[in-house]
Amino acid sequence: MKDFIIPGLDGAPAFSDRDFGTPERHSHRTVTLTIDGFEVSVPEGTSIMRASNTLGIAIPKLCATDNMEAWGSCRLCAVEVEGRRGTPASCTTPVTPGMVVHTQTAKLEKLRRGVMELYISDHPLDCLTCAANGDCELQDMAGAVGLRDVRYEAPVGGGMENHFLRRDATGAPNPEWLPKDDSNPYFTYDPAKCIVCSRCVRACEEVQGTFALTIEGRGFDSRVSAGMSGDTFLSSDCVSCGACVQACPTATLQEKSVIAIGTPDRKVITTCAYCGVGCSFEAEMRGDTVVRMTPWKHGKANRGHSCVKGRFAWGYATHKDRILEPMIRESITDPWEVVSWDEAITFAATRMRDIQARHGVKAIGGITSSRCTNEETYLVQKMIRAVFGNNNTDTCARVCHSPTGYGLGRAFGTSAGTQDFDSVEHTDVVIVIGANPTDGHPVFASRLKKRLREGAKLIVIDPRRTDLVRSPHVEAAHHLPLRPGTNVAVVTALAHVIVTQGLYDEAFIRERCDWDEFQHYAEFVAQDRHSPEAIAMLTGVDPNELRAAARLFARGGNGAIYYGLGVTEHSQGSTTVMGIANLAMLTGNLGRPGVGVNPLRGQNNVQGACDMGSFPHELPGYRHVSQDSTREVFEKLWGAVLDREPGLRIPNMLDAAVEGTFKGLYVQGEDILQSDPDTKHVSAGLAAMECVIVQDLFLNETANYAHVFLPGSTFLEKDGTFTNAERRINRVRRVMMPKNGYADWEVTQLLANAMGAGWTYTHPSQVMDEIAATTPTFAGVSYEFLEERGSVQWPCNELHPEGTPIMHVDGFMRGRGRFIVTEYVATDERTGPRFPLLLTTGRILSQYNVGAQTRRTDNVVWHDQDVLEIHPHDAEVRGVKEGDWVRLASRAGETSLRALITDRVSPGVVYTTFHHPDTQANVITTDFSDWATNCPEYKVTAVQVALTNGPSEWQVDYAGQAEQSRRILPAAE
Amino acid sequence: MSADVQKLVRMANQIATFFATQPGDTQAAEVAGHLKAFWEPRMLTALYGHVEAGGEGLSPLVLRAVERLRQPAA
Ligand code: SF4
Ligand code: SF4
Ligand code: SF4
Ligand code: FES
Repeated sequence: MKDFIIPGLDGAPAFSDRDFGTPERHSHRTVTLTIDGFEVSVPEGTSIMRASNTLGIAIPKLCATDNMEAWGSCRLCAVEVEGRRGTPASCTTPVTPGMVVHTQTAKLEKLRRGVMELYISDHPLDCLTCAANGDCELQDMAGAVGLRDVRYEAPVGGGMENHFLRRDATGAPNPEWLPKDDSNPYFTYDPAKCIVCSRCVRACEEVQGTFALTIEGRGFDSRVSAGMSGDTFLSSDCVSCGACVQACPTATLQEKSVIAIGTPDRKVITTCAYCGVGCSFEAEMRGDTVVRMTPWKHGKANRGHSCVKGRFAWGYATHKDRILEPMIRESITDPWEVVSWDEAITFAATRMRDIQARHGVKAIGGITSSRCTNEETYLVQKMIRAVFGNNNTDTCARVCHSPTGYGLGRAFGTSAGTQDFDSVEHTDVVIVIGANPTDGHPVFASRLKKRLREGAKLIVIDPRRTDLVRSPHVEAAHHLPLRPGTNVAVVTALAHVIVTQGLYDEAFIRERCDWDEFQHYAEFVAQDRHSPEAIAMLTGVDPNELRAAARLFARGGNGAIYYGLGVTEHSQGSTTVMGIANLAMLTGNLGRPGVGVNPLRGQNNVQGACDMGSFPHELPGYRHVSQDSTREVFEKLWGAVLDREPGLRIPNMLDAAVEGTFKGLYVQGEDILQSDPDTKHVSAGLAAMECVIVQDLFLNETANYAHVFLPGSTFLEKDGTFTNAERRINRVRRVMMPKNGYADWEVTQLLANAMGAGWTYTHPSQVMDEIAATTPTFAGVSYEFLEERGSVQWPCNELHPEGTPIMHVDGFMRGRGRFIVTEYVATDERTGPRFPLLLTTGRILSQYNVGAQTRRTDNVVWHDQDVLEIHPHDAEVRGVKEGDWVRLASRAGETSLRALITDRVSPGVVYTTFHHPDTQANVITTDFSDWATNCPEYKVTAVQVALTNGPSEWQVDYAGQAEQSRRILPAAE
Repeated sequence: MSADVQKLVRMANQIATFFATQPGDTQAAEVAGHLKAFWEPRMLTALYGHVEAGGEGLSPLVLRAVERLRQPAA
């Protein structure tokens, strides 16, 4: 894209696409120089190329781009500097004071043409039919340097020196020619077009941190190669993040979607709908067709990077399985009947009201979605509280991060992560506990790995040897492979070492925390029974490693803790969160860049769903329903009386359903049957209800028990906002009309109005205005504000008009930070003779949660089934070999899947994912839960593993039942 | 004891187990506060019913908390 810029007068606009050629430098010293007669001042260390670009003067370039360090190989960017001989490369030459640079002289013109001529002589001239036509830097540069003819030609009859012709004039094959690599489902590698600029290799190293690519050979023979020789992109270590494709200046690495459709003609900035990193993307469109999604360089969460899910796995939006018309049925044994929106909504509203008439106001409820927007979530809880007239609202965030809310709320006074993602750039020691960011939060993992390669130290606390423990150029200083369920013991032992060795930050604690509470806490953790040695038997963690880790964290500089579901999904989830808060306060690691307590949220809008009042006891902004003043604010605006007692949480709703006092449920964008623990209990609860309304893209597993199906819309089809794990509110923008006819918020409004609400929203911005008007932490947020800033981190209000990248800077939200005693309590879920192994669960990179979306994309090439990881020792005593079908049984149920033998897991521990419905790992998980929040204990289940022949009886039955309940009547004529 | 009640007993005891480890003499009040803040009324009613039926399996701290909760609000 060519900006219209007057050099020296006008900088690049705030969100310009301009490629500055080399990365930004930070320095408090500035250097002033002259380029083509214009004076410019830039931070010390800046390259001439970047300085020139800040003036709006672009210097021709091929091998440089501004998200990686310069390489200096193409020589196209040569400039002349007065008083210096030669023509230095502007990308690798830093500015010096008083320098006088010329970017365009007769000498440079000639030189650049010569360089381009050489490149083009070894490049096919099929621009007109090339997929990158119009979007190719080689083409642009040929234009920019005024290349008019190419004097070199392949010699006739053999001995030819090029890489792109398949055969020479005599028909003999060209040994230098290599075929296209089509193995990756989303992009191709065509070696014939490669100019060996090495941008892809550097992107894979510097941006993604995977080191899958290398340049093999030297000089004319050099080639980009994925993995070892003989590997393809698919068989290599490549994780398909797309960074190399983004970096490639030619069509060598090219999205298959662009090859299929053509180049896009417009871009819309939006936010990924997969994980809690919340990457900003440009949806590149042609008409209403998405051509590709590319990470947006100004996105503050991702800084121009992406992972395979957001970058490539959006095809589910147009998948044939999507249900686009509403359906109803009398009973769940009937087939579905396609009906009009009117009929479906009336049917649903009538049934819900009828249930309330017969069983009371509190007999129905709803579940908000962490996949939907803030505005949609807000409306669902509003409908439940104001229209249903009760507080029976919950969200699937219950099953992942509710302990974060409770634990951090008690310790600091606010239930959110304390930092922004940029903070990791200032970290010296990182603890990653119960999280597997390279799979779960890939873009954050890339940013973390970058910092680790710069020298920061890493401590991993996880039962499994996750990829972070050892990967190319990253190695954890300490890995504490604890037994599942012993987080509290380990965290308390870390505190024991810090306290008994006097490594705590007394000044910080005296200034910021409650000193009496600290003293009590210190006394508690100092007891011998919390020493690393005392807990070693219980946790399986080497006491010396634990001691060393504690010392490193306390004394290693800025210390940051990142944690995930491996912390929260335990019967002591909330206690561990408080233990983590204690560690941060003990070591003074709060309130500045590089430190803090950082929950890595699972789904894209878990943070937002919690903020928006999805929980049965809390109105938006984490205010308890019993607070009269808060209720009044909403009662006045909503014109309804609100219940002052907390409502039912998801597991309680299901219990009440089985018991017979809960009969109707509206579920927006969640699949509780697959995602919630103890599947049999969930299905019993759902089956006992009289009206289950499922609003989703697909007939999900929960829909097998539904009476009304309302088609949902994808993030590409609606406006709204998502709030990511760093509290950043990002815009979601509609790029195409909803294929089902309505955005999800409109569907909720239809249902609410059919039940008498009388709402008149015409755009989600009005909902955001209502949120801002009622919720102090959002007071300054509006769509205009977001348009201007791109994004903002709450709290955003009068006190923090620019938002809050880092929390608790001058003091905790609640005043003084609280040290809370964290006694280890063993879970009731124990191994014994019948169930001697501990099962823990997780996720993998290419699939997302229950997989409803990713399973409907080509991501299945990386993960077509769930497998059970088992240690060689445990496998051997059971006679299990790699790839065998095994039966996995717990006291809750059993399922079958294939075994993967690996020492990533310790003896006594097995591990699986839950992405595929036919595996149904949650048939195995029990109904034990966190003591404070009922967040289910996914991460610990006592199990037995034995050889078997194939799927279990239950799986076969289930598949049959599912098929039965998905029948749709052919449309009536 | 029915499965539902058993579950409530376990949940209540879990809460009590945490607060029992906390310093000071407010444990019963904390447990009561937690129950009030997070439990839906029909769950509380069921818990009270179980207490009346003898409170089998409930920890003493839960019993004390329930006693506080059932005192008519001052
Ligand atoms: S897609 Fe990502 S991981 Fe794969 S080679 Fe390219 S940069 Fe490396
Ligand atoms: S594949 Fe693209 S980025 Fe990589 S060296 Fe070749 S031209 Fe450069
Ligand atoms: S899934 Fe997460 S890391 Fe990947 S692109 Fe989306 S938001 Fe970013
Ligand atoms: S852009 Fe500077 S050497 Fe290639």
